[in-house]
This record gives sequence, structure tokens and C-alpha cells, in this order.
Amino acid sequence: MTQLLKMLPLLTILMGTAAQAEEPMGDMGSMEGMDMGDMSPKPSPKPASKRPKSEKTVPGSVHARKKHPARVVRKAVDAPMAAPMVTLGGVMPVMDQARWFHGILNEFEGRYQAGGKSSLRWDGDLWYGSDYNRLWVKSEGTMTKGKVHDGSHELLYSRAISSYFNLQTGVRLDIDSGPTRPWGTLAIEGLALYQFDVRLAGFVSGRGVAARLEGSYDILLTNRLILQPQVELNAYSQSDRRRGVGSGLSDIDTGLRLRYEIWRKVAPYVAVTYDSPLYKARRIARQQGEGAAQARFTFGIRSWF
Amino acid sequence: MSSFALSRRHMLAGLGAVGFVPSALAHTVSSSEAIFELHITRRSAQFGAVTGPIYCINGSFPGPTLRWKEGQEVTIHVVNHLDEPTSLHWHGIRLPADQDGVPGLSFAGIPAGGRFTYHFPVQQSGTYWYHSHSGGQEPNGLSGALIIEPAGEDPLPPSERDYVIFLSDWSDVPPADIISNLKMQSDYYTFRQRSVQSLPHESRVEGGLGHAFGDRLRWSQMRMAATDISDVSGVVYQYLLNGKRHQERWEGLFHPGERVKLRVINGSAMTLFDVRVSGLEMVVVEADGNPIEPVTVDEFRIGNGETYTVLVRPKEDKAYTVFAQSEDRTGFAAGTLAPRPSLQGPIPAMDPRPVRGMADMGMGSMGAMPAKGKMAGMMMGMDGMERPSSTLPAGEAEEIDDPGLPPLNVENQNIAQHPLDRTMSPGDGLEKTGRRVLSYSQLRARRPSPDPRPPSRELILHLTGNMERYIWGFNGRKFSESGPIRLRRNERVRFTIINDTMMEHPLHLHGLWGELENGQGEYRPFKHTIITQPGSITRSLITADAPGRWAYHCHLMYHMDTGMFRIVEVV
Repeated sequence: MTQLLKMLPLLTILMGTAAQAEEPMGDMGSMEGMDMGDMSPKPSPKPASKRPKSEKTVPGSVHARKKHPARVVRKAVDAPMAAPMVTLGGVMPVMDQARWFHGILNEFEGRYQAGGKSSLRWDGDLWYGSDYNRLWVKSEGTMTKGKVHDGSHELLYSRAISSYFNLQTGVRLDIDSGPTRPWGTLAIEGLALYQFDVRLAGFVSGRGVAARLEGSYDILLTNRLILQPQVELNAYSQSDRRRGVGSGLSDIDTGLRLRYEIWRKVAPYVAVTYDSPLYKARRIARQQGEGAAQARFTFGIRSWF
Repeated sequence: MSSFALSRRHMLAGLGAVGFVPSALAHTVSSSEAIFELHITRRSAQFGAVTGPIYCINGSFPGPTLRWKEGQEVTIHVVNHLDEPTSLHWHGIRLPADQDGVPGLSFAGIPAGGRFTYHFPVQQSGTYWYHSHSGGQEPNGLSGALIIEPAGEDPLPPSERDYVIFLSDWSDVPPADIISNLKMQSDYYTFRQRSVQSLPHESRVEGGLGHAFGDRLRWSQMRMAATDISDVSGVVYQYLLNGKRHQERWEGLFHPGERVKLRVINGSAMTLFDVRVSGLEMVVVEADGNPIEPVTVDEFRIGNGETYTVLVRPKEDKAYTVFAQSEDRTGFAAGTLAPRPSLQGPIPAMDPRPVRGMADMGMGSMGAMPAKGKMAGMMMGMDGMERPSSTLPAGEAEEIDDPGLPPLNVENQNIAQHPLDRTMSPGDGLEKTGRRVLSYSQLRARRPSPDPRPPSRELILHLTGNMERYIWGFNGRKFSESGPIRLRRNERVRFTIINDTMMEHPLHLHGLWGELENGQGEYRPFKHTIITQPGSITRSLITADAPGRWAYHCHLMYHMDTGMFRIVEVV
């Protein structure tokens, strides 16, 4: 639980502009360059207003400083009507409520290790829906020697809540060669400041709570050759020895992938990946005779439709 | 007689090259009435290595150039041979609202296999165009030129040659797939982004690695890209001039010394074009079908839906290239003006692609000013034109309807804090070319506005969007979440458009003229389509003299389709 609480400030940082959206970005007094009186063709907008904040003008009005101000009515002339829009023949002139269907395999890769401990790893999403409401399916897992571990699959309802973030809620099912575990999910996913792709998910079940942080960043070497650092961290409030999970920060899965976008939807890559149980989970792994940290040469293909 | 018959005039006008078919069933009944029959079909076409569908009108792509006469009654029978509904909209034409051709607003559309007859009086003259307003048909070429001969004396200077230059972009990727790809990855078609590879160049341009990094961080912090110029690029587009790629090269003939009139129409879905005729200066004489005081330039930017008529005078016995580069410089359309058939001029190199600056973000004081100063200097030297002291000669409105700053929400990612009047600027990427490039402030109508009333209301609208989610709209809302903009019959209003996005939006108002307030006093140019530059504030006056429901939208097709569309209702 404490792990989850520790992540809260991080959430706030990642959300970035969600907080900014609360306050208007600019005092419109600073638009005095737009004053009607000196609307010459070569307006030189003055620096931001230094007027005391007590001086009330209608925010957003470009006419705030006029001597005989026009009657400013705070209204959007295209405000939605109470009655639904009626069109001839029921035909909508534009299709801005269309729904879309896409799927992406971010990771589909072989992690090579001498001694027969190579693994196959996948991580992908499917979604269907509109601009605001989408149904998501997420799936990830690793197969080593015919056994699947870290299998985690989610079915989520996703709602767009800000310019860059979606709130997701639903279920997570850990299904693989180990015992199955169900969880309830609440997650926030989107594009953080400086264009980091992030997802922070919290899970709850009879076995306590868990959290997962996923992040990645695209570094464009060229417009087709892209270097992507990526990390996933998992934390749990309680150990689950049968699944190799330890309380606290339990495992890390990270990689540095160099992909080449042959076309946008198909990009083979080479990578170095590293995955390891951490802290208590590492002790559990050792007790169970499993190996710990593994840095592996990896190759795979990223694709979507 | 068939108005598409090969009269000598048509031969001279080179309309044959636009591709009419002799079988077209169009009849001029008399000087006061004309009847046309347009058959809409779809077929497969090949452009270079790619094959895909195109729409044809009377077998022609783009559609046949329709010629009307001011004062005529026109009747147009449209026969839909498709397996999908269609429509034809007469872009820029003043007509009864039920003849405007927008499915849902003017009528229910023309059903598959059905027909519809348009009938209305022609009350204007000039260069216009027509196109489908249904789904992905216009992007695939369901459009054509429309030229209306004036009833009285021709307001345009005479010319020996008269050619249509119809610009378009065509892709074998279906329009629905393009939108779908942009919803998943909004930079899907942009392969000119800043990268590690381009860092040395940026650092040279911006005066050091630190500055280059600083600029990148600023853009990255805003989660936007300075290199976001066109959403759909030459990666998938074939840029066409009169339906031909530059490899096939449309050709117009002239005798050296003749005056050649070029009626340039941007009928593309997603491309703003920068047009010039290499080695020749152009005299712009008409904008959006309305005569303007002649302006001599080397180049102009034409937004989707706009038309410009220019005069050129090739004096030498050689071929000249009509060159239209896409704003993002990922490709170009080109044609030839030649004294003899099969002569081709050299193709000029494309300019560097524009990079968005702080002015485009609506932080005007930082980036745009030096360029504006330069432009102002240029203006002064041009035709001795004086700059009026105010861009608001029509006076101030009694009431201002102001929604305030748009919200930062799912559908909007930016607020222009210092929007600038950018009518002085020829547009991003055209400010430092060394060529004389047309800016909106140079457009001066030949007659003062017939409506001298000051506006009773000023309507402020913000253009908003979220590039990341690929949603566009007004005031932070897309079409389906908004109501109609209501104007009273004969009301005089000012539309004040603040573009909070970092892209150009060529805004098209159906059925009503917009008088662009560009500093030309009472001589405001009448326009049906107005490019609002990124981070800009653009004002126009409108007399709501035509009742009905009119479409008002960005003419970038996929901005319109994803929400930048409104109904203007004159009641």
C-alpha cells in the first residue's frame, strides 16, 4: 500500500497539464496589443500586462481596454442546443463521431540467452471506440522453455479525460503457467510532459493492492530509425510466492530498442533488454532456484494496424 | 448546341486538356438559361506506380469546367451512377440554401443510383469551383472548375489565353484509412521531423547546440512538433495540376508576348500550395471570384477552396513552368506554358520546409515580428500603396459575443495567448524567400463594400484542436457537440477568428460573403474562403442576406471530418 501512496506525487507530475488546465494559461489583459484603438497593421504586442490583478476585465475579451467598451456578452455563439440537432434525411454533414479499431504489438521479441533460457516476450493492446470512450484489451507475457510467466491481461473501459490522458478501469487477469489471479484495475495512461508515453496502473484484489508503472520515450535518430528506452516496474502490497511476486517493488522489465520503421506499421528492431525480480521477489526467486538479473540481446518486430 | 462542343474559343482556352468528354450532355438553351447534365461515376486510375479510385463527372477527372453567365438561370441534372450517396456543392456561389448541395443541411443528398436537379439564378461572375460534399469523394477528385462570365463589361483585364489551373492531391489510400491512421498516430505521414540527424543543421540555423536543444525542449514540453506542417504529405499524395502529375505535365500554349490568364483553384483535400510561374511575375487580378486591384507578385499561397486569377506575360520563345509546391515541401504539382507542344521548362528546386515558430503558437511577439517588419517594408515599396491606420474601418460592434479563452481539454491542446493579425504575412515558409509573395493585406477590392453599416455584433470564435488525438473544432468542441451559429436576416456581423492551433485553417463559409478586414479600408476583399494562419486573429464582416442553414468549416477535409465544422443559420 505504501508503495502505491509513494507513487501519488509521481502521478501528479506525469499528469502535467491536467493541473494546468484548471487555471487559464494567460491573463487576457496581456492581449492589449489587440486593443481596437491601435489596431494598426503592424501591431507590436506589448509585454504581458503589469496591471494589478484587482483590476477586473472580462477575461478573454480582446476589447478589455476600450474607452467606451461594447457590451461584452460571455457566450459561445456555437454553444450546444438543448434540442438535438436535426438534419435533413438524418444525414450528418461530417462524421466526427466515428469509431475506430486499432491494435499494436509494441513488443514481440525473442530475448536470447545462451544455455537454453531464451524467452519470447509480447506486449500489446487492442482498442475500439470513439474519441472519448474506448474498449481496451491489453496483454503481455513472457514464455521461457514452454512456460509462460508474467502473463497479465486486462479488459478496460478507457475514457479521455484531458488533452493527453485517458482514465482506464476494468479487470486484470494474471493468466499464465502459474496460478491465475484476478484484479480490479484503475489506470491513467497518456502522453506526459516532454512526450513521454506513460501508464500508471493500480490494482486491487483479495491479495492486497499492486501498482505498475510503464514508460517509454522515442528518440528519433532519423525519421525512420528510432531508439526507444522503455521500462516497466511492478509493486505489490503482499508477496505471492507461487507467482514469484515479492512485497514492495517486485520486478523490473526494461529495454533499449532500436527500431527501423520500414513503414509506419512495421518496424523490426534490435534491443538490449533487462528483466529481474527485485528485493523480496529476488530472494524468493533465489530460494526457488530461479536465476535473477538477466540482460539479454533481443530482436523483434513492432507492428500495428 | 452542346456547350462542350469544340468551339475555337474552347480550343484556345485549352479546356480540352482538363479532360471534358464530347458526350457530355450540357445544353445552353438560350442566353438566359443553361441546362447541364452531369453523370457521376467512379473508376480506377493509375498515377505512376499507384492505382486507386477516382471519381469522374461525365467521364472526366477533374470534372468538366462548367461555364455559366451572370444573369442566367442554370439547371443542372446530376445523375448518380455510384453505389453510394453523392452531392455537388457550388463553392462560393450565392444561391438559395436548398441548392447548396450539403447533405444534411441543404438536402438529404443524392442517393445511390438517384438523381437531383439543381436550379438557381446566377448572380455573380468570376472563377469558382464545385465539388462533392459527401464523405471521401472530394479527396478522390469529385470536383471541377466553374467559370462565370460577367453580364456586363469584364472587370478583368483582357488576355489572349485563358487557362484553368486546377490543383489537387490524390492518394490511393482511402480517406477513411487516412483519418484512422491519423487517429492512431497523428504524425503518421510526417517524415521530416526533427531528429538526431537534423541536429547539426538546426544548431547552425539557431546559433548553437544549446539554442537548438532549448527550442526542442520547448516544443517537446508542449507536446507538439515544430515540423508539423501538413497532416498528410507527399509520402502518400500525388500532387496534380489539371489531373496530371508533373511527370505527365499539363501543357498550355501561348505565342510569345501574349497575355495569359491563369485561373488557379486549390481543389485539394489537405494541401496548401505555393504557386509561381518560374521566370515570370504574376499580376493577381481576382481573388475568390471577385476582381481586385492588380497586385504584382512572384508567388502566392493558395488555401484549400480558394481561387486566384493571375495574368502572366511570357515574352520569350521558351517553356515556362507553372510550379505549385505543397506547403510542407514534400512534393509539387507542375505544368508548362509553352510556345509549342511538347516543350518543357526546368522544374525549380523546392524551398526548405517551413518550421513553426512561437508566432504560430500564438505567442506572437517572439517570432513573427522581424518577418512582419520586413514585409511592411516590402509593402511600402509596392504600387505606392498606403497602409490605412486601422483595420477596423467599419467601426466597432455594439455587442461582442465572446466565449472567453477556450478550455484546455480533450479536444484542445493550446491557447494562443498573443494572437496576431497576420494578414501582413504571406504565410509560414514564405517570409524569407527573396521573392515577392502575396499577403492578404494586399488584396484590395475594386469597389467599396455595398453595406456600409458597422457590425451590430462581433462573434468571437476560437479555432481549436488536439493534434495528438486528431480532433478539431471551434471553442474546444467538435461539430457534434455544438449548436448552430444564429444570425438574424440582414444582420451585419463581424466574425473574429482566433486560431489557437499551430496550423493554417482555410475557413469556408457557404452562401455568404466574408469581407476580410485586411487594412484596405472600405475596399475589403470579398472572400468565400479565408486562411487563418496559426496563432492569428482574423476578422471579417458578413451581411447575413441569404436565409437558411449554411456550412462553415475548415476546408482541410480531415479537419472538417473530425469536427471543425459549424452550421451558420440565418433566420
